[in-house]
Amino acid sequence: MTALLASQILIGLINGSFYALLSLGMAIIFGLLNVINFAHGAFYMMGAFLAWLFLQQFGLPYWAALIVSPLIVGVLGLIVESTMLARLRQLDHIYGWLLTFGLALMIESLFRYFFGVSGKPYAPPPELRGGINLGFMFLPTYRGWVILASAVLCLVTWLVIERTKLGSYLRAAVENPALLQAFGVNVPRMLTLTYGLSVALAALAGVLAAPVYQVTPLMGTHIIVLVFAVVVIGGLGSILGTVVTGFSLGVIEGLTKVVYPQAANLVIFVVMVIVLLATPAGLFGRR
Amino acid sequence: MPAKNRRRGGMMKNTLTICAVAAALVGLATMPAGAQTGPIKIGVLGDQSSAYSDLGGKGSVVAAQMAVEDFGGKLFGQPIEIVSADHQNKPEIAANIARRWYDRDGVTMITDLTNSAVALAVQNVSKEKKRIDLVTSTATTALTNEECSPYGVHWTFDSYALSVGTAKTLVEQGGKSWYFVTADYTFGYNLEDNARRIITAGGGKILGSAKAPLNTTDFSSQLLEAQSSGADVIGLANSGADTANSVKQAAEFGITKKQKLAAFLPFITDVKAMGLDNAQGLVLTTAFYWDMDDAKRAWGERFFKRQGIMPTQVHAGTYSAVMHYLKAAKAANSSDAEAVMQKMREMPVDDPLFKGSIRADGQMMHDMYLVQVKTPAESKRDWDFYKVLKTIPAEEAFTPAGESKCSLMKKG
Repeated sequence: MTALLASQILIGLINGSFYALLSLGMAIIFGLLNVINFAHGAFYMMGAFLAWLFLQQFGLPYWAALIVSPLIVGVLGLIVESTMLARLRQLDHIYGWLLTFGLALMIESLFRYFFGVSGKPYAPPPELRGGINLGFMFLPTYRGWVILASAVLCLVTWLVIERTKLGSYLRAAVENPALLQAFGVNVPRMLTLTYGLSVALAALAGVLAAPVYQVTPLMGTHIIVLVFAVVVIGGLGSILGTVVTGFSLGVIEGLTKVVYPQAANLVIFVVMVIVLLATPAGLFGRR
Repeated sequence: MPAKNRRRGGMMKNTLTICAVAAALVGLATMPAGAQTGPIKIGVLGDQSSAYSDLGGKGSVVAAQMAVEDFGGKLFGQPIEIVSADHQNKPEIAANIARRWYDRDGVTMITDLTNSAVALAVQNVSKEKKRIDLVTSTATTALTNEECSPYGVHWTFDSYALSVGTAKTLVEQGGKSWYFVTADYTFGYNLEDNARRIITAGGGKILGSAKAPLNTTDFSSQLLEAQSSGADVIGLANSGADTANSVKQAAEFGITKKQKLAAFLPFITDVKAMGLDNAQGLVLTTAFYWDMDDAKRAWGERFFKRQGIMPTQVHAGTYSAVMHYLKAAKAANSSDAEAVMQKMREMPVDDPLFKGSIRADGQMMHDMYLVQVKTPAESKRDWDFYKVLKTIPAEEAFTPAGESKCSLMKKG
């Protein structure tokens, strides 16, 4: 039983890695742009899909896809922000939410139209195949890599925002954009770049996910609602909070699968309801 | 401003009501009142946007169109029409579409009907309206048992047929202890239940079962439980993307090295999604495989040209069902459900894809095939996935007549 428990916790951490990576980007976007980015799942899906497409068409290896795919999606994010979201900046955030939700539906339908809903196989790179016997479980090497990669990514993002000068500008833009603009910082451009980067992070998560799950147009829709719940629980706009919440909810979900598997999908929302009732600003939220 | 809006809303509503009434009247007028050779209109009601849209979906519409074209496109001097809709896997939406099609649009037969709950809902509407439904893509055995209908035929496969071939063979090969990973809804339970009976009858035992909701992306928890149970065989009582995901992840966790996997309902599109690397060696039961003989190959290639994938058993079943329906309507010289259904039961089902007959409980009795997924080395081209291990005769493949819970069986 302890072996089973330990393995479920580890598996929870793997799923938690994706929750953390995605909710991190979503939290940054909300913190800075005041937009609940429901297209985040669609960008995640595009990241995975581009990796698959490039492998099919040009034989582009996994490691290259890890860079190319987020780059392309990031540029797309820049375009979306500067041509569409920027126009909504003065309005209530329900408008941004509606726009990104619509975008997500359109992107998903397009991919579904061209590629169908069946999953596309994407094999892990040869270096990461096989697995390690940990005694209590057999850990596929690739999944170990996913935990490591996303933990590092989350840490780096957090350090950049909390410990660098660029990060201090970003935090200042959250507090008082007008004042920051007055100091000569081009705030609108900074917001556009932030959106592009966060979306690229989602695409990176997508490439990481491709060998674990199936590459399908529906993969974004499946995960976005969970990720949104993670952001809400962590506290909208709190970066460290969402990362911690992402990993821990993965573990909670994993443990629920041991006790009562049918409730695993539900448990995150139960936690969300409880947290919202107890501390409406979320576990780590300041507002 | 709000008052004006409300008034406009009211006007809109009135206009809509008038339109609806007018449409209903037009529908009534065009309905074959007494005329027995009215136009034939076939409804293909499937999942066109979600988990099952590749195994059925638009492909089923294409298959139905191919049947109409091969039949000649016309009957009783009028073109045969096909309408299609997406039921979104919601039984109430499906039932509403079926009602509208039957009452207003003069649809004479509905086919495809992916998703057990949807198929049962539409079969009930069809029974009530005395119209024909030919279910080609659902597994639940309830359609020919408790919920059987004099106007309903279950065409392609059911969970009994799927588990007989696969479970029986694996038990015979020494797979005595089983653990299930089961989809957490009617279909999964139904499938597991049927498999359990066959396994215990063959002297095997069931160690346990882990449930997973529909559209689970990560099966590692359930698979690890199955792994630690030490069962000889892990039975996957799920379908579509769920099966593909669980097979892929079982390979990833090294499960297939020590234990055997049995998938009960993988479609050829799922095998494509898993990749032969992951799926090789998998034993499964199917009603149709495109690469079995010249006629099926030719049909498969034609389908591939139009749809870009090789046909699944659902697509083949839909073609066969529509073809048999049209032949029966022609023989009966009528579009009346009663007359056509009688002919359908009298005539043998005979087309390039299926040979069989319709039993009193609505079961289309035909052979099933036990196949094994090829290794990447054995596969010579894309979609060259299966080798046929054996043919399961119809009498063995489907629920024995004596065990049927259908009221129509007892009468006959």
